[in-house]
Amino acid sequence: MNEVQGATKESRAAVAGRVRTVGQPQPLIDGVEKVTGRALYTADLPAAQALTGVVLRSPVAHGEIVRIDTARARALPGVRAVITGADCDVAYGILPIAHNEFPLARGKVRYWGEAVAAVAADDARIASEALELIEVEYRSLPVYITAAAARAAGAVPLHADKPDNIEREVSHAFGDVDGGFASADLVREQSFHYAEVAHAQMEPDCALAEFDPERGRLTLHSVTQVPFYVHLTLAQCLKMDPAAIRVVKPFVGGGFGHRTETLPFEIIAALLARAAGGTVKVELSREQTFTVHRARPETDIRLRIGMKRSGEITATDAEVVQRGGAYAGYGIVTILYAGALINALYRTSAVRYRGYRVYANTPPCGPMRGHGSVDMRHAFETMLDSMAGELGLDPFAVRRANLITPPYRTINDLQVNSYGLPECLDWVEQASGWKQRKGKLSPGRGLGMACSHYVSGAAKPVHWTGEPHATVNLRLDFDGSITLLTGAADIGQGSSTLLAQVAAEALGIGLQRFRVIAADSALTPKDNGSYSSRVSFMVGNAALAAGKELRKHLVDAAARRLETSAEDIECLGETYRVVGSDRAISYREAVRAALAETGPITVKGTYSVPEELQGGKFRGAGVGPSPGFSYAAQVVEVSVDQETGEVNVENVWVAHDCGFAINPLSVEGQVQGAVWMGMGQATGEETQFHDNGLPVRANFLDYRVPTIVESPPIHVKIVESRDPNGPFGAKEASEASLAGFLPAFTSAVAEATGIRVSTLPLTSDRVLDAIHARRRSERLKRARAGS
Amino acid sequence: MKRIVSLTVNGRRREDAVADDLLLIDYLRELAGLTGTKRGCDGGECGACTMLLDGEPALACLTLAARCEGRQIETIESLAANGRLNRLQQAFHEKLGTQCGYCTPGMIMAAEGLLRREPHPSEAEIREALSGNLCRCTGYVKIIESVQAASGDAS
Repeated sequence: MNEVQGATKESRAAVAGRVRTVGQPQPLIDGVEKVTGRALYTADLPAAQALTGVVLRSPVAHGEIVRIDTARARALPGVRAVITGADCDVAYGILPIAHNEFPLARGKVRYWGEAVAAVAADDARIASEALELIEVEYRSLPVYITAAAARAAGAVPLHADKPDNIEREVSHAFGDVDGGFASADLVREQSFHYAEVAHAQMEPDCALAEFDPERGRLTLHSVTQVPFYVHLTLAQCLKMDPAAIRVVKPFVGGGFGHRTETLPFEIIAALLARAAGGTVKVELSREQTFTVHRARPETDIRLRIGMKRSGEITATDAEVVQRGGAYAGYGIVTILYAGALINALYRTSAVRYRGYRVYANTPPCGPMRGHGSVDMRHAFETMLDSMAGELGLDPFAVRRANLITPPYRTINDLQVNSYGLPECLDWVEQASGWKQRKGKLSPGRGLGMACSHYVSGAAKPVHWTGEPHATVNLRLDFDGSITLLTGAADIGQGSSTLLAQVAAEALGIGLQRFRVIAADSALTPKDNGSYSSRVSFMVGNAALAAGKELRKHLVDAAARRLETSAEDIECLGETYRVVGSDRAISYREAVRAALAETGPITVKGTYSVPEELQGGKFRGAGVGPSPGFSYAAQVVEVSVDQETGEVNVENVWVAHDCGFAINPLSVEGQVQGAVWMGMGQATGEETQFHDNGLPVRANFLDYRVPTIVESPPIHVKIVESRDPNGPFGAKEASEASLAGFLPAFTSAVAEATGIRVSTLPLTSDRVLDAIHARRRSERLKRARAGS
Repeated sequence: MKRIVSLTVNGRRREDAVADDLLLIDYLRELAGLTGTKRGCDGGECGACTMLLDGEPALACLTLAARCEGRQIETIESLAANGRLNRLQQAFHEKLGTQCGYCTPGMIMAAEGLLRREPHPSEAEIREALSGNLCRCTGYVKIIESVQAASGDAS
């Protein structure tokens, strides 16, 4: 494994501190609150006096708003505020070039359920009565549910600046693509279709906004993954000084990308609170939460791969169409990721990519775990398998024929500095008994394998300010307690625990002295947020730097007390000793000595992505680069009931290269969750819309996430390639393992049934249809042969 | 219409005027101030509001408060006696049976109902007992391990 001296020395230095906190399984520091019910999520916050905020949603998926009359609603006793699109004329979104959404529709609605007006009232009954009194007249426009319909000639543009309904067209070519195909021994092309899926995080959306008219100040508690982005967007949309706004993230019940941007209900809650001059709580139903959406788009992929007899990939040509929904959101980022991350898993010498992000009359799509990479990875891995089969190569062999040797720079300027994929492959091959069992299973059983990868944070943040990517403060006071202050949003992934572990390790003392305060803009340094798996790597590095800085304060103070130089002080847990002597002081004495000169201490650690890891200069080069790439391989075993089409996932073996497991317990949990979420997408999850834009599956009965009954054992191996830039060598641990499940699963089903499908999800209905179709064609063949 | 309802919540007797259509989940969260019981769906889909009704797991979002006259209700807040975690809470904490924590109260209450009925459940019995409780974080692997650990049957 590519051990790097810097990282190794770092770890050894930490070992000398005698108290290990990284590399040890660590229950969550906020776990007690979670298992006792004491954890307060946004909807749980005390708000007895809050007004109830409700939203009027569009009953048409595409139409002009001809007239809104709120007079009767305003006149209803107990109604404190009514707002419409007229109350906010600032468009918001992600990339500055694509801000085209308003918290309440202005002039036009573009998807069913889009917010049109909102009411704050004394209670829920009055609020919903008021909604019924709001009169809205729409002039209907044609509704486009598919990308093809939205792109068809003569289609009405959803947005005036995009007459062809294409939000972004990407055209990239790297290397000699035509030459690569010419030199191939086998060239194949295939088309794939992927249903749209949803995050379906367990906590429905909710925001609590308090406006203080006396001071002109706003406080928002919300379910967000990105409190800083919410803060910026509120300031823009409400035309307020950001200094007058406080954003707090309480406990959050999962995100998976749903909450990676400012969402309409957050701005609506703030607008209502200001209009009412008080506190407003907006709690969304599950159906409304599904309609907020922002998840993985319906995607069509046409993929062409050239391969040598050895299995070496010579060229790739991909075309991707994503139905992005009604507004831009992260759309440009998603369509760029789908192309960029064709690279950096295997050696690639020539890749051509065309991507189309298309507007349609469906809820806006956005980032979802494995952002942009998942559907493309299924297509790519599936074709590797089938082409390997044609060439008589084992699926493992074709992957091994294309491995990277780090350090490696891809043709699109992604820098791979650590690469544990070979070890991942070896482990899953061995643990699953692949060599002994592949091709020899009983009828109806199958084994499939695949690889996948992901970034450890986007090297370029969405809001580029030139500041460091991450900042962590550590505060030390008279009592000897250390408070870690971070803007990073713990949404259940365990980031607060991880950051405390990293800082504690740097100081060489136990976690019991630590408290973490996270994601409160009045207290914590700003952070870009929990997305693109950036927190472990980037904020982890900042926590490490802060820990080292605080340690320096304590060691310097100990040196002064012991009348020696700082170099001669060794830190043994909570003892600071002069090397080679028995002269020592305790941690408490060192704290007193350190504070004696300066008073309570607050130190800062930061992290910036090195220039050489920030990617290339071409248009779209900002999406893909990361300071570290994580890798995963997995084997999936299935059984298929040939009579019902029911597919059961029997076992999953997955190896994930996370560089170094700061918290092995959390890494296991994250990897299992990622694999399982991939299983949901592969086996049954699917959003769907009627022709008029009405969602078909906006609830948990129709949108079927797997239950505990059908969820398989998931055996996890942690591979540690020690990235030279990660904190203690750590990289991402929660996204890379998702994408590999899909192709490993469909390959396993192919072995079990002889059927390779190119459409996901692969529901039992679709499996049964395919089995019947195969039987029909076999009967037909037999009949023809007999006649 | 409202009526006076007496019931026992976490061992304490209460008497409240409740509307006929008040759901138990709203009674618990808003009248009793017990927010450990979570709302995750629009009714009966996710199990996040699972609590014990006369010792049996039930969904607070499908139960009318007015129908609970004289009944015993136990929520997640009742499990930690004198503030110390009970066996399931300890196991979910130590084995990472909880990630975001939102499904956790319902999951633990469903498991509590199981362990009272069957102190040493098989894996199949655990899966059946928790089949109405969705979790989006864990893939359920560590939830099963947590229940096994709590029942003293850890592998």
